Amino acid sequence: MSDLHEPVSEDAAARIIHTAATVGAPLVIRGGGTRSLAGNGEAHDVLSSALLSGIESYNPAEMTMTAKAGTPLAEIEAALAEKRQMLAFEPLDLRPVLGTTGNPTIGGVFATNASGPRRFVAGAARDSLLGVRFVNGSGEVIKAGGRVMKNVTGLDLAKVLSGSRGTLAFLTEVTFRLLPVPETSTTIVISGVDDAQATAAMATALSMSVEVSGAAHLPETVRGRFVGGGLPAEPATVLRLEGLSASVTVRAEKLRAAMASFGTVSMLDRQATDILWREVRDIHPYADQTLRPLWRVSVAPTAGHQLVAALRLETGVDAFYDWQGGLVWLRMEADPEAGLLRHFIKALGGGHATLVRATPEVVATTPVLEPQPEAIAALSARIKLKFDPKGIFRSGVMG
Amino acid sequence: MPDKIAFLPPKKSVLDRRDIIVSDLADLLPKGCLVSEPRGLVPFETDAFIAYRNVPLAVALPETTAQVAAVLKYCSRYGIPVVPRGAGTSLSGGAIPQSDAVVIGLSKLSHILDVDYANRTATVQAGVTNLNISEAVSADGYFYAPDPSSQLACTIGGNIGMNSGGAHCLKYGVTTNNLLGVKLVLFDGTIIDLGGKALDAPGLDLLGLVCGSEGQLGIVTEATVRLIAKPEGARPVLFGFQSSEEAGTCVAEIIGTGIIPVAIEFMDRPAIEICEAFAHAGYPMDVEALLIVEVEGSEAEMDAMLASIIAIARRHGVSTIKESQSATEAALIWKGRKSAFGATGRIADYICMDGTVPLSQLPYVLKKTGEIVARLGLRVANVFHAGDGNMHPLILYNINDPEDAARAEEAGNEILKLCVDAGGCLTGEHGVGIEKRDLMLHQFAHVDLDQQMTVRAAFDPHWIMNPSKVFPLEGRPAA
Repeated sequence: MSDLHEPVSEDAAARIIHTAATVGAPLVIRGGGTRSLAGNGEAHDVLSSALLSGIESYNPAEMTMTAKAGTPLAEIEAALAEKRQMLAFEPLDLRPVLGTTGNPTIGGVFATNASGPRRFVAGAARDSLLGVRFVNGSGEVIKAGGRVMKNVTGLDLAKVLSGSRGTLAFLTEVTFRLLPVPETSTTIVISGVDDAQATAAMATALSMSVEVSGAAHLPETVRGRFVGGGLPAEPATVLRLEGLSASVTVRAEKLRAAMASFGTVSMLDRQATDILWREVRDIHPYADQTLRPLWRVSVAPTAGHQLVAALRLETGVDAFYDWQGGLVWLRMEADPEAGLLRHFIKALGGGHATLVRATPEVVATTPVLEPQPEAIAALSARIKLKFDPKGIFRSGVMG
Repeated sequence: MPDKIAFLPPKKSVLDRRDIIVSDLADLLPKGCLVSEPRGLVPFETDAFIAYRNVPLAVALPETTAQVAAVLKYCSRYGIPVVPRGAGTSLSGGAIPQSDAVVIGLSKLSHILDVDYANRTATVQAGVTNLNISEAVSADGYFYAPDPSSQLACTIGGNIGMNSGGAHCLKYGVTTNNLLGVKLVLFDGTIIDLGGKALDAPGLDLLGLVCGSEGQLGIVTEATVRLIAKPEGARPVLFGFQSSEEAGTCVAEIIGTGIIPVAIEFMDRPAIEICEAFAHAGYPMDVEALLIVEVEGSEAEMDAMLASIIAIARRHGVSTIKESQSATEAALIWKGRKSAFGATGRIADYICMDGTVPLSQLPYVLKKTGEIVARLGLRVANVFHAGDGNMHPLILYNINDPEDAARAEEAGNEILKLCVDAGGCLTGEHGVGIEKRDLMLHQFAHVDLDQQMTVRAAFDPHWIMNPSKVFPLEGRPAA
């Protein structure tokens, strides 16, 4: 039987961790539990941030917020919306594809470095994280970073904690930067373009001075699943523009003209734009109530479509692309094909694949995370020991 | 009066073996890649933090990553301290050697290896200068965003070491936000590749840890950075105010309204006078504070943003508004700002502080800074990145007068403590180096620094990499 620890204070968390370290009892750190991979739950005690909740300070004029790690993301986004601000990195929500319930927490967002379509211009979660408080595996309460936007004082421990998936420390408080919500947004849709041409179209769009803030390609197999089937027939390459109305209008005209040579161009209004990019962010086509293997693949933007083409010759796979083609969501028809996938990634210039979803049996037999070269794995293991000398933190989180 | 900042005492065992070490290093490097003659070592004895200097034991100038690895492997085997060096433009003493150290200079690693417009990346050797990257891609419509004032001379390797910023990071971020990958040589000569052309890397974010680690985690020999399409146009506008407070609250309101210009730079009267005398940039001379606000985009876009910004400035009592009418005028406005340090250096010696404070604290910190400096009988010129609260008070003094120098250092320390106490930090972009090392305990508790130092030790267990820097010499964990 595993116990659930829900400390109500940082000090209480430190005591729980200190005790666990003393007796060598593993702990699985959990925020809202919405990003947990099925089958990845050995029977360890759970340390939850659920009761470490609340916005501690929010100063819109400084574009920063400090919140306890267990604060629901929804609470934070509601507070930001009131002041027309936002998390620039668009944290993705894995509940639809994983079928998990509960409330994503801000700590979970940073612990998994959960980032969405705007990532290639606005950075990932790690780029917005300014400071952290955490409890390390010895039960010590530690702060790193700060609450100002520019800070190079000492080692940037906030970076290594971001995306560490609960393997290094228990986050108790995070301070992050914000951006204003753009006055308006629109999406240019280029229809009828295959994966390779779409990659060229997106590269062209991003070479222009129009500040594209979303670039995705939705092949015909998934296109109908977006915006309630409202995108024109045929594959859709979608480009988002955001900003002041006056400038979005001008930039949209410029971009339309340049994209006309690739395919038929149409536009989405702000409302449809909001829906589309939320669906891209949350991997909507694969929110299919199945446990078919779902991979998140990160490669150079021009390699994405080559990877999918190579895989299609070997196995049953469906895919769509975000981040100009550099983020590939792959749903395998049957076998996860981890070896084949990683072989092609390597052959196409490198990158990595993370298994986001699969049945417990598949998870148990598949290397979920990209295996690392020996020297980097050894270095990472040494760093893990510096945070968690007894090795009590076990990861229960994916993303 | 503060004492002079101490370096680690030189290891006698290393100094005694000097001739053997020089001879061994000569075997590891091609001809012309090792400096050991006393006169040749002098240019390496300090950096842009000129108040401190030490002649190193030798300087290696490797031409390849393999040579960097060979030198590091040798030095770690014999416990010889290593100090990496880019162009030596550090304002915090990050590249100042110690007398028992081998400096590894990256000046010969100066090639651009790959420019990939489809993926918008450039892969360059670490000794390539910051400006060289932008110049190499400018004709094709791209640039590399971080732009420290020293960009003509400073190297990308040094930028990564210090996580350098610049005037335009309000919109584009600092080095860590624009860095995709590095080739890193660890203390024992192991070569690893972190990141690449993909936007993120697997596993722990080691790249994020290495960026800004001040040459203590390894030596970067190659970097892959993001390129960005150049904006259609950019327009800086000068806003003059009769008080620093008005300028400070104007900045806070611009940001609070949801407008993010590319840059908001602040200068006070002494800084305006110094820069105008040097650059003849057309700065107004009848104001107490000046903001340079730059917007970019299409003409329509810039007009719309500037209209909002000008309306805000009027509410805060702006007395002069001057829009640049041509590219030449715009360049002059930036020339004045970017030459602030050099122009100041012509009239006095100075130390440049680099604390960052929350925007709401800017007026208070400016006022207190003036009081601290006046009490110590010194002068200060303030020129800094107001949009992100990164202050740069230049404390003017006479380096040949030891009492004056000590007072300047005391003023600097008090100002940095003021920044921390106001909710900010010791350094926004220049790095800790030796300059701010002994103030680290003002910002961090022992337990916080211990965690940083143990992580550092995961990379460099015997503390041979730039060991006199960043962390207070007392209380370091044993290897």
